[in-house]
Amino acid sequence: MIIAPFKKGEFKIISQYASNSFSLTPLLKKGNLKAKTSFMELYSDFKRKGDISRLASIIDSEVKKTINIMEICGGHTHSIMKYGLHILLKDKINFLHGPGCPVCVMPVKRIDEAIEIADLPDVILAAYGDMMRVPGTDGSLIKERAKGRDVRMVYSPLDIIKIALDKANKDKKIVFLAIGFETTTPMTAALLEEVIARGINNVLFHVNHVLVPPPIKAILDSGDNLIDGFICPGHVSVMTGSGIYDDIPSKYGKAAVIAGFEPYDILSGVLLATRQINENRPTVEIAYKRAVKENGNMKAQALVNKYFTVRDEFEWRGFGNIPESGLKLRDEFRDFDAEYVFKDKLKGLKLRADEKNAGLSGLAVRTDNENASCKCGEILKGKSKPDDCPLFGKACNPENPVGACMVSFEGACAAYYKYRNF
Amino acid sequence: MNKKKYERILLSHGGGGKETSELIEDIIFKGLYGQNAGNGYIYGSHNGGGISSGISNQKINLLEDAAVLKSPQKIAFTTDSFTVSPIFFNGGDIGKLSVAGTVNDLSVMGAKPLFLSFGLIIEEGFGLEDLRRIINSVSEEASKTGVRVATGDTKVVPAGKADGIFINTSGIGEVLYDNLSVYNITAGDIIIVSGNVGDHGASVMSRREGIEMDVEIESDCASLWSIIDAVLSGGIKVGAIRDATRGGLAAVLNEWAMAADVDIYVEEDKIPVSGPVKGFCELLGFEPYQLACEGRAVFAVKPEFAEKTLGILRSHPLGKNADIIGTVGSAGIKDRQDSHGKVILNGIYGVNRILDYPSGELLPRIC
Repeated sequence: MIIAPFKKGEFKIISQYASNSFSLTPLLKKGNLKAKTSFMELYSDFKRKGDISRLASIIDSEVKKTINIMEICGGHTHSIMKYGLHILLKDKINFLHGPGCPVCVMPVKRIDEAIEIADLPDVILAAYGDMMRVPGTDGSLIKERAKGRDVRMVYSPLDIIKIALDKANKDKKIVFLAIGFETTTPMTAALLEEVIARGINNVLFHVNHVLVPPPIKAILDSGDNLIDGFICPGHVSVMTGSGIYDDIPSKYGKAAVIAGFEPYDILSGVLLATRQINENRPTVEIAYKRAVKENGNMKAQALVNKYFTVRDEFEWRGFGNIPESGLKLRDEFRDFDAEYVFKDKLKGLKLRADEKNAGLSGLAVRTDNENASCKCGEILKGKSKPDDCPLFGKACNPENPVGACMVSFEGACAAYYKYRNF
Repeated sequence: MNKKKYERILLSHGGGGKETSELIEDIIFKGLYGQNAGNGYIYGSHNGGGISSGISNQKINLLEDAAVLKSPQKIAFTTDSFTVSPIFFNGGDIGKLSVAGTVNDLSVMGAKPLFLSFGLIIEEGFGLEDLRRIINSVSEEASKTGVRVATGDTKVVPAGKADGIFINTSGIGEVLYDNLSVYNITAGDIIIVSGNVGDHGASVMSRREGIEMDVEIESDCASLWSIIDAVLSGGIKVGAIRDATRGGLAAVLNEWAMAADVDIYVEEDKIPVSGPVKGFCELLGFEPYQLACEGRAVFAVKPEFAEKTLGILRSHPLGKNADIIGTVGSAGIKDRQDSHGKVILNGIYGVNRILDYPSGELLPRIC
């Protein structure tokens, strides 16, 4: 979801990872994975038709009975649909789509808060593009912008610095709607570090960063699921390493493979998971060694720990409150925390929401303002598929999304709507 | 005009007084017509030629409130506004685009472009040198097709009320090839695209967002009359032609599928896309087929003419990468998302998927 402003030369940094082969390399023709300096060549290496059909036929021959694999991340869901990998592996692998789309899982009340903040005088609210359309109780950020509120789309957190230093904005508060999983949190932390280092005093953060493992555990704890194994998002583990998934095999006995986003990466992940399942040896494996190190990016982790701490609980759209699943700024940085700075202004909003939710709790909560027929909650937990939903493609479509999974481009329903494979 | 005194557009340039006429005479008339203008008249010395030479070579008075034109029997008439940001991009600028865009709208209807109107809305403070560059591009691009700017208008708005410069052009063309229409498209037709898709969208977007690539992507912005004329005069039975602009190839095919109520099947590995555009799309999660083109035509032709069309296209400088990308089938697949014809992309691994319109505000102000 983040579009970072890549500069000349950065492609080369990416491409040197290509030389690190991983465990499936011998399956391929020798020399296929050597380092390339051209960005496109690097990517096309992981798309080659011959390699893909070979991997698909290996999986096909090794799977005896249909295996249910949850791909946690919306990026994986999109790749699977875009390339039709689920059709290639039809009857063998049943892909269940997980809760890994940060925009999809953002509850209505956080959007309402952002809208409330955007409505305050002398505030510039800055957000990533895909947050702009997400509907709150009444309206969305894009509608606020149309009303004349100063809501800006940013591609990288560091764009905030430019806005903050613009002389025209010196009397304004720039509030960054920070969102994303472990992948993007370090960029928010880097922004805060930069803001502090430069003594910039007009930037605030509305922090909505969330963690991947808690919803996975919530799904597994609920017991009511078909999942045999997981494909875990590669970019998250670039930051965190592989250890965050240790509970999946050790506590729940399920396979867990960290995979990249190219067709080759995904099928490699599926093959490793298939073998774990066939051999009944659940463990955490990395099918994306050209980018993921076991310990992850320690510098990024230190930066995140310096500024953020885990919230007691955080509400997820479709799930309700999940303990220790979200992040907030540490108390010593609360002067940068929009929730703290504007707490009086947001009080009315909170009261209204609490009233509505009185008597509801935990996974049973259907978050406010969600349509009763909407199956997003079930879909995010892997219990239903988008086309099982009566609203899908009719009342609910990308132009007028009803549920969370249609809202973001990365959502499972949006992927089904967009690609409709057959 | 004193160059140092008027380096930038002032509000007075739009006031209708002396500065206005200086601007029009010195920059716009000179830039557009050069030696061809005299005493307020332009004379037809562009490469008009052909069956309508009497019309395309006529003398036009520029100083009256309206251009008085002799017109052919059957004309095509179109208009388009241009707001592209950035104004200058790799492979063109807003001036070139404003001519090519309108020329192409006439050309795909089988109409030889003859006359353009040229309306400018300029923001106070806009650089005069930039304006000269833009006017030169207009002149240069118009001369490629032999279309003439027959009338125009200039307005200046206060700083902050426009983004540099906006242009509107309208065009009149003589219909030389009749009966090109989306309703001609039927099952069995072959779909051909005249070159690489997505170049303009990727070029403008990467320049605007400061995304530098190893190879800078060049816009395909071009006037298509000559290549379309080559096909139509080659005895090809063409059903419909469309220039792929906003929404790219995907939008053209979807409009066709919907209007003609047919399903259009395209082969992903046949669609020409340059390496840098593919890379750009990988990076940002776009589909090249949904990115804008400004110099590509899509043809629906009867199967017996497909190879000949391809041969003509490929022998034209603008059509080197032309390819047959798909076929038209009768509308078979209906589902609950929509009940009309649709575009089906056969992916690189042989799995079919829908190729939809782009949605949302993906690429504002690319043309």
